[in-house]
Amino acid sequence: MKFPYSEKVLKHFRNPHNVGKIEDADGKATEGSPACGDMVSVYIKVDDKTKKIKDIKFESYGCASNIATGSIITDLAKGKTIEDAKKIDWKRASNALGGLPPIKTHCAVLAVDGLHEAIRNYEERQGIVREKKPTTVEIIRKRLKHVMNPLVGLDIIRTNLIKKINIENGKVNIDLDLPSNHQFAANIKEEIIEKVEPLWDVEKVDIKFINN
Amino acid sequence: MDNKTIYLDNSSSTRLDEKVLEAMKPYFFDVYAVATSEFGYSLGIEAREALDKARKDISSSLVAHNEEFIFTSGSTESSNIAIKGVAMALRDKKGKHIITSKIEDFPVLYCVKSLENQGYNVTYLNVDKDGFVDLDKLKDSITEKTILVSIQHANQEIGTIQDIKAIGEICKEKEVIFHTDATHTFTRLPLDVSKIPVDLITVSSHTIHGPRGVGGLYVRNETPITKWMDGGFQEFNLRAGIENIPGAVGFSRAVSLVTPEENEYLKSMRDHLIERILNEIPETTLNGHRNNRIPQNANITFHLVEGESITLHLDMRGFAVSTGSACFSRSLEASHVILGIGGDHERAHGSVRFSFSRFNTKEDVDSVVDVVKDVVLELRRISPLKEMNKKEKSK
Repeated sequence: MKFPYSEKVLKHFRNPHNVGKIEDADGKATEGSPACGDMVSVYIKVDDKTKKIKDIKFESYGCASNIATGSIITDLAKGKTIEDAKKIDWKRASNALGGLPPIKTHCAVLAVDGLHEAIRNYEERQGIVREKKPTTVEIIRKRLKHVMNPLVGLDIIRTNLIKKINIENGKVNIDLDLPSNHQFAANIKEEIIEKVEPLWDVEKVDIKFINN
Repeated sequence: MDNKTIYLDNSSSTRLDEKVLEAMKPYFFDVYAVATSEFGYSLGIEAREALDKARKDISSSLVAHNEEFIFTSGSTESSNIAIKGVAMALRDKKGKHIITSKIEDFPVLYCVKSLENQGYNVTYLNVDKDGFVDLDKLKDSITEKTILVSIQHANQEIGTIQDIKAIGEICKEKEVIFHTDATHTFTRLPLDVSKIPVDLITVSSHTIHGPRGVGGLYVRNETPITKWMDGGFQEFNLRAGIENIPGAVGFSRAVSLVTPEENEYLKSMRDHLIERILNEIPETTLNGHRNNRIPQNANITFHLVEGESITLHLDMRGFAVSTGSACFSRSLEASHVILGIGGDHERAHGSVRFSFSRFNTKEDVDSVVDVVKDVVLELRRISPLKEMNKKEKSK
């Protein structure tokens, strides 16, 4: 039999590690939504003194790539300090899984974002308050590094799909170097909006396809 | 694919029937001439006769005249020839308005979208919760500029059968050309063009155990249609290109092998699966109408879980099915059909299509239901949606 995933992905998909919920979690986050196709919740327990992740669990409503990534990142993060756990990115997760098909990397990114958000949630609860800075082009570019170009499995900043970002009175205009009838046009647009719109001072995101 | 796989994705493609292959063989090895060489040598005459006979057999199954049926490379090409051909023929004479439904299969949908980009106006009719087009809405949408209505005979994903007789009558009364995509109904449901006023019908061989890469288009006499696949004068000068004679022969043999008893058999497997799943697995929804659906199709949403995970688990246990989940599609978009019948993304992502063929058995149905039950329970155990759902319900 042949499968579109590596042996390691299949192993984690079949028997995912660290599945479940921590009722009295020190930090938790849910990334994605049923609308975007994948959703993942991550829960962490952190040792106050050592700042090490004592326990970590995840739940996934998603495809094999999402489930397997949830399983591997919880394995990787367990026992690590939160500073070390922050360094786990999707590339490391993907390597640990023996690679993922390019079209599936965005599902892995979502799971990794879940881990980072759970850590941020822990820090916020600990009173490490992050101040509300006005959104800049740099902040948006940073967020867009989490939107994948499914054709190649790299983010849309690195693959140069973003031609212009402009912020004006809470309105963000983004020019995307794709034709409007591109295979992934609707999907990429949706993901950009999901990443940028939650920024506290952003009211509207407008995406223009400029390669028609 | 190994022999152990139980293939339940027969709306995507079917296993070739050995009898079809037997019928095709001589046209690869013995009678391999082109039909247009009939005035050159006798092999050409034999080729021409085989093509004519295949055409006659298929057109008579539609109660059509011989010259009203052309062979193509499949449904996609048939719908392209029909829709773009009519659009070209009538844009200067009548207008540029086309009507279709929101849940058509991709060939029709992307044909009209491409025409839209070229300046045509397209009305995409909504469908109701079962997938039916509202006939009054259709009537109201037709204007004097309307050149074509393209509405499928039955849906590729949810199997809902449209009332194409009523649609055809509306079109006939308003003098609008009517095209229907019958890829998933041809030979499965009665389709008689002497009784149903339809001008163009897309059909395909790959859904009925015939060869892939062969399809056909019924074109009622006097339908205005412009040829755009240029080249030779084959297929009554509507579709240029060397005729695929083994394919045509295989297609006609495949048509001859479908019987009413077989369709009843498919229906019994369909009903057995639907009843068992709806009764035995909680939080499931049947997509499409319970009875007014094609015999080979069942489509069910397993709530709180994602379809690609279901299909992969089933694959690892030896079953092939398909899903309307975004993760499964090449565009990463959720099924436009499930969204079209008013479903939300969650319903689309958790939808699984089971489609049957003559090579499936009732035991296959029982075993897939047993495994699906396991898989869905396991995936629900790890799904964060189960909690959210409980909260929703307690509200």
